[in-house]
Parts: sequence; structure tokens; C-alpha cells
Amino acid sequence: MKRIRQIACVVLLAVAVMSLAAELFAPANYATQFRDELPNAGPSKLHWLGTDDLGRDRFSRVLYGTRVSLLLAPTAALLSTLLAAFIGTLAGYRGGAWEKVAMAGADLFLSLPWLFLLLMVRAMLPLNVSAFTSVAVTFLLLGLLGWAASARVVCSGARAIRNSDFVLLARASGVSRVRLLMRHVMPNLKPVLLAQFWISIPIFILSEANLGILGLGVAEPLPSWGSLLRELESFANFSNEYWRLVPLVLLVITVTSFQLILSRDEVTA
Amino acid sequence: MLKLLARHLLRISVTLLLGGLLAATLIRFAPGFDTDERQMDSRLSSESVEALRQQRSAQGNVLKFYGAFLSAAVRGDFGQSETLDRPVRELVAERAPVTLKLMAYGLLVGWSLALVFAVSATMARIAAWDVATTAMAGLFLCIPSAVLALAFVFARAPGFIALGLIVFANVFRYWRNLLDKSYAMPHILTARAKGLGTLRILLWHVLPVSGAQLLAVAGVSVSVALGASIPVEALCGIPGIGQLAWQAALARDLSLLVTLTLLVTVVTLLANTTSDLLGQAFRTQRA
Repeated sequence: MKRIRQIACVVLLAVAVMSLAAELFAPANYATQFRDELPNAGPSKLHWLGTDDLGRDRFSRVLYGTRVSLLLAPTAALLSTLLAAFIGTLAGYRGGAWEKVAMAGADLFLSLPWLFLLLMVRAMLPLNVSAFTSVAVTFLLLGLLGWAASARVVCSGARAIRNSDFVLLARASGVSRVRLLMRHVMPNLKPVLLAQFWISIPIFILSEANLGILGLGVAEPLPSWGSLLRELESFANFSNEYWRLVPLVLLVITVTSFQLILSRDEVTA
Repeated sequence: MLKLLARHLLRISVTLLLGGLLAATLIRFAPGFDTDERQMDSRLSSESVEALRQQRSAQGNVLKFYGAFLSAAVRGDFGQSETLDRPVRELVAERAPVTLKLMAYGLLVGWSLALVFAVSATMARIAAWDVATTAMAGLFLCIPSAVLALAFVFARAPGFIALGLIVFANVFRYWRNLLDKSYAMPHILTARAKGLGTLRILLWHVLPVSGAQLLAVAGVSVSVALGASIPVEALCGIPGIGQLAWQAALARDLSLLVTLTLLVTVVTLLANTTSDLLGQAFRTQRA
């Protein structure tokens, strides 16, 4: 299992380095159109993965798209984990009415199917926005709406720590509430928060991909895995155009690597 | 049991009231709420335009707007779809049976696959089979549901199988872990040592122990299936609630979208309540 985790880490690192150094590896900018050549051209020396409907180099778009998804999914995960940490810790540590209200809010969010909630809030915002705004909106939404499940886990962790002997001892020694929270409760919640952060990343990558395919994700011309996968809708022949599956393969490899890094217990926690 | 039912009903009511308020607030503050494109219709008289303007401004207060929305909803009036120009109630009545049918078949496929694979992996104790089933579920978990739906469009296969695979991937790992834990209990070990058959151990000793938790996971999977119904229906061309929600999102038909979201929330909450009550009944019977 340790070997598999190491391989997954190496794969993730390789994908991240390739996408972050996209300027070095990509033969063209993601928006440059090669109008001299036919759109939807096959692989060639100049365009390793061919060109898309608008004559843009697909390999470059895959690299830049990977960068967008790989940078922003962890950012959204960080946002949702911070929200979960704040709400969950406060609820679990204070208990009583605080916990009831916070968990009722989490239940409300969890009662709404994730994609319906995303569609509803995304539709409230203008659809004809610039590409960069659409990226920010998409991932901000994921971050702001994805806290509920993590908050429940953090809350139960904080509750267990609150009832533990060492906290009781610290309280009896006259340690102030803030110091107790910052020095004793929060450090012990670090593994839970890290696991929740890690679990959220593949969820957000997949959610962005789903939104992108449905036309509600990142706007053109900026690529992301979601917008790249949208191309598959016009996919006609698997055996003749297998290179069009590269973004999907890359996404599956990346998400699988994230899942493999987590142990089974962390995933099902 | 009655106390539990009452608590669940109270929870559903409170969640719906809060969810409705949240939805009404979102609609009220969404860009473009204050304007009505009919105001730009040159054929309308100035009095009509003014009446439209006053009608909009009357909805300015969120609480008043929510109150009107709620009282109309109680009467079964969920408003008018702005893009399809038809009552939301009519649209829902038309499409709900399609989604329910898709969900029923999808859940049946997903639960059956998950149960068969989880039970076989737990009972057989063959490392290769364990790895194969876990890898298969993991793979489906790593593929976006919209891509899975597209694959079924290309394969000309029914969309409910795609939904079933999504449910299977989400349910399998939890059921597998629950069965694993039950199977490792001392009384199961005793039963095995006494030479009891595999099926008898499963039906008499493993499932009764983990039944309530298995049902709870099944209840949660209804929400997964509802979420997955959007890409499956949208891409497979199935005219259900999911496709309607997608069309409403693209057209920014907020009243329709909010009603649909509240509707699926009710279904999710009812599914969770049912699984909780069944789990409770299971536990009571065992005790």
C-alpha cells in the first residue's frame, strides 16, 4: 500500500509540474487559433494531440486546463476546509445550542443534492461573464458550498477532544477558553482537517468537470478539465480519434492518485 | 417509533422552511430580478409598463416575497416558468414520473451490484477478487458522472445503467467496510469455526448486525442518484426533472429551478427518513 501511495504521489507531482510549467512545454498559447490548418486536425509534429473545433492546439489546452483545475480545486478545498474548521470546531467545542444550530445548517446543506445546489446558485449569477470571472465564480461556489460534510466530521472530532481527559485537566488548571482552543483542540484536529482537505480536492475536480460538460463551468477561451471534456459531446469515433480522450485519461489518473493517497479508513470516515 | 417519526417530520418541515427562505432570498437578490423584459415591449401602454413595474417592486421585500411564495406553494401553485411559459406544477407533474422511473431502475442496478460485489468480496476472502471489485468501484468513482452518461449515449445503452454504476461506486466501499467489520466480529468467527454455511452466516449473523447501517447508506445514495440524474438525463436526452433543472439553469429560469431544488430536497429527506425508520424497526426487531 505504501508503494502505491508513493507512485500516486509521483504521478500527481509529475502532472502538477507539467501543468505549472505549461509555458515551457506547450507549443502555443491556449487561445491561439491556427486558422491555416483544418480545425479538428489529427496529431502531428506541431500539434501532438491535434487541434480542436477552433483550430487551437489541444496539447497546450490540456496543459493549461490541468493547471486551472489543479490549482483551483485545492484552493476551493482549502476554503471549504477552513469554513468547516471554523463552524465544526466552534460547534463541537461549545456544544449545546451552538452545535444544534451549526449541525442543522449542515443538515440543510446536505439535504440538497450537491449538483442541484451548484446549478441553482450558479444560475443566480450571470452566465455571460469573462473567462477569469467564471473560473473564480465556479471554484468559489464549490468552496463555499462544500463545507457541510467536512464540518460534521470536524464537529464530532472537536466534541471528542472537548470530552477528553487532557482537556478536562487543562481546564481544571485554569487555562483560558481561547488558549484551550488554540493550543489543545486545534492541533489535535489537524489530521482530521488534512484528511477533509484531501478528500475535497477530487470531489471538486469532478464537480467542476460535471459543471463544465453541462456548460455551466469555466467560460471559453480559458480551458479547464470540464470545458475540455465538453468536446467529447461531439466525439464520433473512438478508434480513430483516441487522442481526444487524453483530458479524460489525465483527469481519471489524477483523481485516482488523490484517492490512492488517502487510506480506505480516511475515505469512508 | 412515533416519536422518531414526529422528529423526522419536524426536521423536514424546518429544513424546507429554511431552504425555501434561502431560495427566496437568492431569487430576490439575483441580478436582473428588478427588471422584467416585458417592460421593453413597445406594444404595451405606459399604464401596463407601470403596472409591471409596481408588480415587481411589490416583491421587493424578501419576507413578503417569501410569504407570497409560501402561501401559493401551499395551494399547489409554484408559479410560472419564465422560459417555458407554463405552470411549474404542470411541468413537474409531467416529468417527475420519468425521473422516478429512472431513479428506481438506477438504484436497483446500483444497490444490486454493490450488494453482490460487497458480499462476494467479504465472504470469498480472495485477494484478487477484493482488489478487482475495489478497483472497479474506484474507477467509476473517478469518472465524472457526465462522462459516464456520455459513454452510455455512444454505446446506445439505457441511461439508468449509468445511474446504477454511479450509485454502485458510491455505495460499494461503505457496504464493503460495514460487512467487513461485521464479519470480523467474534460470534461470526465462532459460527465459522462451528462449520456454519456461508449463506447461513450471511443471512443469520452478518446482515442482521449491519442491516440498519446498510439501510442508512442506501438512504443517502438516493441523494447521490438525484444529483447524478442531472447529467444522465441532460446528456442521454431523458425528459425528466434533471433535464428540466439543467435547462432552467442554462436559461436562468430561477422560479422553476428553485421549485425543482426544493422538490428534490423533499425526496431526499423522505428517503433519509424512510431508511432511518426502517433501520430503527430493524434494530427493535433484533432487540
